[in-house]
Amino acid sequence: MTSLLTFPIGGVHPPERKTQTQGLAVEVMPVPDELEIFLGQHIGAPCTPTVAKRDAVVEGAVIGEVKKGLGVPLHAPVAGKIKNLAMSAHPIRVTSPSITIEVDKEAEPVQYQWVDWHNMSGPELLGKIHDAGIVGIGGAGFPTHVKLSPPANSPVDTLVLNGAECEPYITADHRQMLENSAEIVEGAKIILKVLNISKCHIGIENNKPDAIREMSQAAQDASGANCTIKIEPLQVKYPQGSEKQLIQAVTGRKVPAMALPSAVGVVVQNVATAKAIYDAVVYGKPLYEKIVTIAGKGIARPANLQVKIGTKISDIVNYLGGLQPGLSKVIMGGPMMGFAISNLDVPVTKTTSAVLFLTEDEIDTRPHSQCIRCGWCLDACPMGLEPKEIGIYVEAKRAEDTAQFGVFDCFECGSCAYVCPAKRPLVQFVRMAKMKAKRA
Amino acid sequence: MSNQQASDDQTTAPAGLWKVSISPHLKSSESVEKIMWTVVACLVPPLILSVFVFGIQTLLITAVSVISCVVVEAVSQKALGRTVTIKDGSAVLTGMLLAFVIPPGVSPLLPILAAVFAIYIGKHLLGGIGYNFFNPALLGRAFLLASFPVAMTSAWLSPIDISGDGYGIFSYFSSSVDAVSTATPLAVLKEHGMAAFIDKFGSGASLYTHFFLGWRPGCIGETSGFLLVLGGLYLIYRGYITWHIPVSLLGTIAVLSWIFGGENYFSGDPLLAVLSGGAVLGAFYMATDYVTSPTTKTSKIVFGMCIGALTVLIRLRGGYPEGICYAILLMNPLSTVLDSWFKPKRFAPPAGGVK
Repeated sequence: MTSLLTFPIGGVHPPERKTQTQGLAVEVMPVPDELEIFLGQHIGAPCTPTVAKRDAVVEGAVIGEVKKGLGVPLHAPVAGKIKNLAMSAHPIRVTSPSITIEVDKEAEPVQYQWVDWHNMSGPELLGKIHDAGIVGIGGAGFPTHVKLSPPANSPVDTLVLNGAECEPYITADHRQMLENSAEIVEGAKIILKVLNISKCHIGIENNKPDAIREMSQAAQDASGANCTIKIEPLQVKYPQGSEKQLIQAVTGRKVPAMALPSAVGVVVQNVATAKAIYDAVVYGKPLYEKIVTIAGKGIARPANLQVKIGTKISDIVNYLGGLQPGLSKVIMGGPMMGFAISNLDVPVTKTTSAVLFLTEDEIDTRPHSQCIRCGWCLDACPMGLEPKEIGIYVEAKRAEDTAQFGVFDCFECGSCAYVCPAKRPLVQFVRMAKMKAKRA
Repeated sequence: MSNQQASDDQTTAPAGLWKVSISPHLKSSESVEKIMWTVVACLVPPLILSVFVFGIQTLLITAVSVISCVVVEAVSQKALGRTVTIKDGSAVLTGMLLAFVIPPGVSPLLPILAAVFAIYIGKHLLGGIGYNFFNPALLGRAFLLASFPVAMTSAWLSPIDISGDGYGIFSYFSSSVDAVSTATPLAVLKEHGMAAFIDKFGSGASLYTHFFLGWRPGCIGETSGFLLVLGGLYLIYRGYITWHIPVSLLGTIAVLSWIFGGENYFSGDPLLAVLSGGAVLGAFYMATDYVTSPTTKTSKIVFGMCIGALTVLIRLRGGYPEGICYAILLMNPLSTVLDSWFKPKRFAPPAGGVK
């Protein structure tokens, strides 16, 4: 076995806790009675609704569009009637405009037809990706068609697919790599064609040997004269799946601060996004379903669920048998970067990869104390920053002076706060610093 | 953090309240308490040994020192309206280290006064843990050295010789009364030269063995290089300290003592220099104190080298036989300066260069 690839500086080893769901095949959750779909599913301006109250919609119909600026259309995940256009509680933005659809239980699910994409041109494929509403569903929610149109002055030669899934608990990508390896690899080939390049690396953390095996087989079957797709086993280290860290681990290239991966000739897509691209191009199916890991000791039955975008967490909880005693925290996303929510009436979005129900013994609620300057956060930071100084400055009401410590390079992976023996909320300090600091 | 009730749906609503806070939601199992108590545990073997070397008196001094530090910490925090954090073990550790740098034959009153100075003035008036820019234990020692110079430079005890003259095992209980006062190796070396030193402490392998194991006059906890290094290696293994400061500090003392410590250049005894005085204790337990030492690897190495150089300078040219205490105290406030000079290596600078 060759030595495993990884990023060189920083990183931590949180407990993986993936055994609860890694063996559970993706299960299709029955559609609930009602879906609530945020108009802002991606980075950029939220969609403007193209439907009115009491309109009837069919599955896959466009219900929202971005009139100008960065964005992709939004589709109805089910057939039904528009029940409401309103503001809903949003886990991050407090409130967000949303569309509520009353599900038509009688409607037949749409059957999508296979088409051969090999004869389509790059721009044609890109158009399909845009029309299907595809965004980076690994978490960032950046519109994929934009990412696949790199600026002319930074030519791209490498595609990197992200199958690291370095967050604890989450196994959604793992399951898709096992169950849909051929589709993911086909999706990669579509992306290669759009970018007009031939080289693809797929990085997978080594704690998923079965996924590495399946994906290697699929990659071998698909690689040919005009493309090479290579699986790269990665060391298990958080945040291996962070874009810049992954690029460095796989290609050895360093994306400069404030720059996009295209600056070093790379485009990164999540494996689940590649699968969504496959569905969009080969079947013409828009992105309105999501595979979500539901885990933690606080849920009766953990699962990897395929749900419609807009499915409320309360419906998921009901479907999985309810909550367990001792539940202490509910998190959308992974435990390292996800958001704690206080209300189960929050819907799944295109970027939700997990909903975790964590009990008291799974999380750490010890109060934080003063910084003892141990410097562990410096050793943990994958960006080579000084989180302790940022924290001390913010506490001293000097947040505006923190740009010198690289606060704008921080992508809030939480490695510093994870190792901090004083349990300091360093990510929180960083966010406060970012609000006040002046960009250099 | 605030939290609120879940959904209207009674089947899903939990009875309790959920916590809401910013990520990450997982934290490592390490904590300030765990670190402090581990270091305290590493200091227990040298303490036990000191009882065998100097008698039960050392235990008394250490107990008085630890209790004083804890009490002063609690009172200071109460008086300043802060949370009392004596359970985090940092005051206990300061008390241990303070006792370790006091001669075994002093009055138990001294550590009490030192504790007040170290903990109240040296730590809490400066802002409490994390803000004290001098090592509190060494500040306590410096305070004693300035206030009680005679006791602090003469209350040395000879190691008890069980095999020797008839006192046998009872020496342990009478040590403070019948103690044989003596001088430390570095003082003998400084004032009377190498011949007198060899006359008193011997030479060759037996000298090194005695010094390495801890059978020599000195402060309570500083004599056993062996046990101190053992504890230090454990702390390195646990990841609580790194090798940078101890290695650069002791290395610098060895090299500079070899060059300048003898009659001629390059004739000094580097091993003796490292095993004498408080070099090992200082290198592994004092200079590595988180709050008062730098955090990046390069600044740690520079910090250790500067302390080593200052120590040798004071030993050879200064007024005191041993200099590591002042060397560390002189370098403590420069820690943050060093950190601002030697920054961690960033992932990648902006494409157009920094700023």
